[in-house]
Amino acid sequence: MKWKRTEAEVQSRQFGLRATLVVAAIAICGVAIVARAIDLQVLKHGFLAEQGAERFMRTAPIPAHRGPIVDRFGEPLAVSTPVDTVWVDPRELTQAPEQFARLAKALNRDKAWLTRRVTSNLESRYLVLARQLQPDEAAKVEALGIPGVYLEREYRRYYPAGEVTGHLLGFTGSEDQGQEGLELAFEQQLAGIDGAKRVIQDRMGRFVENVDSIRAPRPGAELVTSLDLRIQYLAYRELKGAIQEFRARAGSVVLVDVETGEVLAMVNQPSFNPNDRSQFDVARYRNRAATDIFEPGSTIKPFIVAAGLQSGKLRADSVIDTNPGFIKVGIKLIEDKHNLGAVDLATILAKSSNVGMTQIALALDRSQLWNTLTGLGFGQVTPAGFPGESAGLLSHHSHWRDIGVATMSYGYGLSVTPLQLAQAYATLGAYGERRPLTFTRVDAPPSGERVFDARVAKDVIGMLERVVTRDGTGIRASVQGYRVAGKTGTAWKSHAGGYSTDRYMAVFAGVVPAKNPRLAAVVMIDEPSGGRFYGGEVAAPVFSAVVGGALRLLAVPPDDLSAVPSATLVQAVPAR
Amino acid sequence: MAEFYEDSQSSARRTLSASGKLLRRLHLDGPLLALLAALMVFSLFVGYSASGENLTRWIDQVQRFGVAVVAMLVMAQLPPAWLRRISPVIYGLGIAMLLLVTTIGPVRMGAQRWLDIGPISFQPSELMKLAVPMMAAWYLHERPLPPSAKHLAIALLIIVVPAGLVIEQPDLGTGLLVASAGLFVVFLGGLSWWLIGAGAVVAPFAAWIGWHFLHDYQRQRVLTLLDPSQDPLGAGYHIIQSMIAIGSGGVFGKGWTNGSQAQLEFLPERSTDFVFAVIGEELGLLGQGLLLVLYLGVIGRALYMASECQDTFARLVSGAFALTFFVYVFVNAGMVAGILPVVGVPLPLVSYGGTSAVTLLASFGILMSLYRHRKLVGS
Repeated sequence: MKWKRTEAEVQSRQFGLRATLVVAAIAICGVAIVARAIDLQVLKHGFLAEQGAERFMRTAPIPAHRGPIVDRFGEPLAVSTPVDTVWVDPRELTQAPEQFARLAKALNRDKAWLTRRVTSNLESRYLVLARQLQPDEAAKVEALGIPGVYLEREYRRYYPAGEVTGHLLGFTGSEDQGQEGLELAFEQQLAGIDGAKRVIQDRMGRFVENVDSIRAPRPGAELVTSLDLRIQYLAYRELKGAIQEFRARAGSVVLVDVETGEVLAMVNQPSFNPNDRSQFDVARYRNRAATDIFEPGSTIKPFIVAAGLQSGKLRADSVIDTNPGFIKVGIKLIEDKHNLGAVDLATILAKSSNVGMTQIALALDRSQLWNTLTGLGFGQVTPAGFPGESAGLLSHHSHWRDIGVATMSYGYGLSVTPLQLAQAYATLGAYGERRPLTFTRVDAPPSGERVFDARVAKDVIGMLERVVTRDGTGIRASVQGYRVAGKTGTAWKSHAGGYSTDRYMAVFAGVVPAKNPRLAAVVMIDEPSGGRFYGGEVAAPVFSAVVGGALRLLAVPPDDLSAVPSATLVQAVPAR
Repeated sequence: MAEFYEDSQSSARRTLSASGKLLRRLHLDGPLLALLAALMVFSLFVGYSASGENLTRWIDQVQRFGVAVVAMLVMAQLPPAWLRRISPVIYGLGIAMLLLVTTIGPVRMGAQRWLDIGPISFQPSELMKLAVPMMAAWYLHERPLPPSAKHLAIALLIIVVPAGLVIEQPDLGTGLLVASAGLFVVFLGGLSWWLIGAGAVVAPFAAWIGWHFLHDYQRQRVLTLLDPSQDPLGAGYHIIQSMIAIGSGGVFGKGWTNGSQAQLEFLPERSTDFVFAVIGEELGLLGQGLLLVLYLGVIGRALYMASECQDTFARLVSGAFALTFFVYVFVNAGMVAGILPVVGVPLPLVSYGGTSAVTLLASFGILMSLYRHRKLVGS
């Protein structure tokens, strides 16, 4: 029996053998783990360490402060103010629920709101509680010293004048870069250069720690515009009033300083508030004065006359026979409202005779006419460089046919922007010298290009004064104390290959004071409804109000004392 | 001088023997206890950093360890004969609760694992980690070993039923641990080599069939293991982040609380299932090596204690507990190091969490009881 092992011995041997096997298996697995650890930590250490660093080391921008935009007197038009976002890490915050009441109070909220907001977002690690807080308010929140509450600094672009300067300034995008208007045109100057810093970020991309600063930010420079905010307000108010009164579709006013080419005011309707992003809709924020073109109608006439005087084929006292009140060019009949008979140039302008204009234009050398119009800036974008500005339409004279020349003489077949038209009138006001239009303040009058002689300009201005008289079409543009030289325009709107007979553009453009022009202005009202649509009825009163106010604001000496009621002497009585 | 020296030596010996007596009276094993204590200290040291220096959670963990140690002390007092006798009862209870879970258990985070009894919510599958090997050992110890084919089939049934129920919850990690604990009993009980060989042949086929029973997310984990870069933001995210954590730690680590992957939250589950990666990143190869040495110590000591037992039931249960502990370590470390698929198995006694610590220390309590009573049983 000795040779036969007991059952217990067999079991024990079996167990021992198996245990040894198990130990061997464990050893193999242990070696596998250690080998893997060495593989990762020694052999692949460099690569994996780099991978790790890539995950948390970041170069983050330090936002540069965007330069402010001011008007010509330094009134702020666009400013970047620091604002803070308050955010919390709910997991950290809920460790100290007794702090909820204090935090809610600092945020001007009730505790129930805060509790609900935090407890319903427990999975989040980044929960915004308040945006765009004033820095001093945010500092109060931070000073509470509640763990899990953080601040994030941003800059918010704010436009103090709101709607009034909306189209001109444009706005900035979410990354604080210019999107429209002057914000876009002067992006380089305003933006500054962001600084850079090395930071540690966690998985959520959240800033954890500043490591070092690589480059300090360079703040953007201030942009001093040519704008006069007082005149801008005035123009805005008057245009808006007129649009409402005449139930018009849209409108624009541009006011230019004749001596310098500076744009003093530029407004449009409908308008938008750049502080309210919900209003960012292209139909509202488009700067129509620079981007929209229209056929100028009769407001082009003074320049055709100027071209005629410049050519020597006409003289200031020339008389044109408009009998019998119509003229046939090719197959087209051009007519006046009334037969004016043989009249001088001033009357042709004052009564806006299309027949007279046709005769003048057809008598002119086409290249000379084209040179004058091109010299005035038609068919090209202005040097002001407004983003999205339209060049208008002016075909080359080699393509002109008689009928084209005829219709052009009274403002059809070419298209202009209100800004271009203002530039042309400013050139007239500057006695034939075209100074570059600009939206930035100019300290010394820039030299311009001569388009026609000063003598010609003075003659045309004299004729245009007749427009703003009882026997002209633009009496309502008159300004008490000043002589106004201007021209009305009532143009049919073209649509679908023809002209609409019930939709008009009512325009008035002119220069003041006529004796020594200082301002040029264009008022354009698009589709006035309700029966009144003539430029002299709809646009001229706006011109009068805006230009009149601007002249007084700029303290321009009156040149028409005859019309001023004689002064009443008032004796100052000392107060008792 | 010499006398004094002798005195101090003998007093030291007295103290030693006094604590030895205390341990014996409490049916505890000194070396195993020391190793387990070292692991828990290591856990609290690493856990403080891995939880983002959260003191509240650290204190929670200390309390959980306290509960687990009590469970171990209680288990150590239970006599082996009694343990053996109640094995079928516990097993039956466990099966009943698993069935309850599948019928009335609440669904949390897409899994049905819990049973709510009053305010206490617990996972019956944890109980099965103890009950299955005990039941298998209870069944086999009365049969002649090596077991006959019929007995083997019944033993396998004892294992497969609860393991299957757990895997379907779904909880692949716990299910595998339950199954392996039972299979170790069968293996140590003397499974014929022929059958083991046949098993090795059949295993790939079985795996192919098993594949069809896995949940989609479980399949995804296996596929992701083969190529984590396939889906770096989804299923592969865990593995990539933990490999980066371990690798960037290097030999000496980035220092306690200084791991960028862990502290900046790139690493998921950093204080629980993926704590091994935090150790690799912050304490380096050396820290991981120290931990593995501690684990090997625990496993070695437990296996030694198992081999010292003379009663079949005691030996099979202790051996299975020791080996299950090893599976814990290897599956977790292998997963975190990217050589095994992601399976929800914690790093034993080091990951934060209560249930697994209680079950583990309870199993060591049983092991100590069986070892301490080894000469008294078998009657």
